[in-house]
Amino acid sequence: MTLATEPRRPPRPRPTKRAPGAGRGRRVLDHGAWFLVLPALLPILVLSVGPLLYGIALAFTDAQSGRTAPTQWIGTLNFQDLLHDTLFWESFRIGLLWAVGVTVPQFLLALGLALLLNQDLRLRWLARALAIIPWAMPEVVVGVMWRLVYNPDAGILNETLRDLGLGDGRDWLSGLATALPAVVVVGVWAGMPQTTVALLAGLQNTPRELHEAAAMDGAGAWRRFRTVTWPALRPVALAITALNFIWNFNSFALVYVLTNGGPGGRTRLPMLFAYEEAFRYGQFGYAAAMGCVMVAVISVLLALRLVGRLREGDEER
Amino acid sequence: MRTRRTARAGQYLALLAYLVFLAFPFLWLLSTAFKPPRELGSLHPTWIPKDPTLANFRQAFDEQPLLDALLNSLVAAVGAAVVAVLIATPMAYVIARRRTLLARAATGWVVVSQAFPFVLVIIPLFLVLKNLRLIDSVPGLIMVYVVWALPFALWMLVGYVRAVPPELEEAAAVDGAGRARTLVSVTAPLLAPGIVATALFAFVTAWNEFFFALVLLKSPEKQTLPVVLTHFIGAEGVADLGPLAAAAFLATLPSLVIFAVIQKRITGGMLAGAVKN
Repeated sequence: MTLATEPRRPPRPRPTKRAPGAGRGRRVLDHGAWFLVLPALLPILVLSVGPLLYGIALAFTDAQSGRTAPTQWIGTLNFQDLLHDTLFWESFRIGLLWAVGVTVPQFLLALGLALLLNQDLRLRWLARALAIIPWAMPEVVVGVMWRLVYNPDAGILNETLRDLGLGDGRDWLSGLATALPAVVVVGVWAGMPQTTVALLAGLQNTPRELHEAAAMDGAGAWRRFRTVTWPALRPVALAITALNFIWNFNSFALVYVLTNGGPGGRTRLPMLFAYEEAFRYGQFGYAAAMGCVMVAVISVLLALRLVGRLREGDEER
Repeated sequence: MRTRRTARAGQYLALLAYLVFLAFPFLWLLSTAFKPPRELGSLHPTWIPKDPTLANFRQAFDEQPLLDALLNSLVAAVGAAVVAVLIATPMAYVIARRRTLLARAATGWVVVSQAFPFVLVIIPLFLVLKNLRLIDSVPGLIMVYVVWALPFALWMLVGYVRAVPPELEEAAAVDGAGRARTLVSVTAPLLAPGIVATALFAFVTAWNEFFFALVLLKSPEKQTLPVVLTHFIGAEGVADLGPLAAAAFLATLPSLVIFAVIQKRITGGMLAGAVKN
């Protein structure tokens, strides 16, 4: 019964050991250190930070590919156009559907697998070995592979359905109704391992003694999960879910290979949309504006969600 | 006791379901790669090819410039891995050993760089590389891959550096070793396994990458494997399944092998970075 009142684990000794030199205030760096840092810092500034700022700036210009006339500042015109671009917002809606549709099952399935792997089961090694496959594979190959699975004639999915007497199957990736769900399944499959590994790591941080004590007190599995496991796991779960959501929303290669946005735009994620705008139609400025909107909306959504979750957490305490 | 047993059985059943879900697409890819065209055309495909053949592999090399693509991918991935590790290790060392503003900024960048959609970065990169005449060239792609692999490389390496006790370095200093000497003969050997793991991870990241390669490489003879793979799929989405599967399998092999070798270290590195931060 003690557990119900003290669900939190004892404070872990935090790694408070400070690095040497930490006490000397906020001096940026000495010469030697600069020498060590510059080789990485320069490329980061030139090829990451710079382009990012440049990209944001481009969103306020009429930059196009292969144009001879000089690029001009056009203020927020791109964003005004974007506001009325129903195709883009449709794509954005699909992107959100996809991101939520992938992230949530990904998390739940990964949590289940992590809990299983945290048990003393045989065949754990096999699951660990197999989990490497989706993780290590190039996204393009994942797409190709699932195309083979979904193939209407030579695919194993339809063949299995036929064997089970569940009808003739269908052309999953070109059906208007089935394309997005079919693609979402692939997304879940592809992202499950990383999530599982992260959650498993979190699980192994939960105090075993508390678990045993709770079992002694007669707490059932669900109760133990809620009072012991989840509080310890929550930070990891929040972090990995937020990251997954961002990654999924920005994903490109999988869907590019599976459906290339089809049928009829049913799987045209925002990244695919922006890619076509930029590199098929050459509308650099407009595509950059799309990128900005994607970042902005996702950041706001995540911020709201995270704040909400943290509040929840406080109330539980 | 009986409930205990049923619970166990349920757990095994669930684990089995996971195993099937994780494995079956890959097994199907393998099966398709070794099937002769006649079996691929049949309406009732089987799991195990009745008449396994290597013809698909030969045909894949005939249909697309796979050999060029393999070489390009190899050059890009090795180049990116080597350069990334060379420049990331010293920086990771500084971040791990000193708490400065720079370390914080670097950590912030690692996080932020994960959040931005590539499209926002790729257009400026495209323009910049074009001006530098590095577009449609593998060296240009390597530069992009280096920066792209840096966040995670830094993250892993910082974890590994933190695992090396500073006391060792202090002891070396007391014994009269200079700073460079300490780094080379005390710290570096201890870091070596972590550096290798990071390099391999960067290799896989670059080997698998698709989006940048798609945008930045235009000439067919310069494209990397993932891009060439998509050429197997025709305009109407119709693909020659056998060669496609064979080529896809080949493209995956290096990543799978490397990951099998370094899996423990990667998860370890992620944890080290995460826990000690």
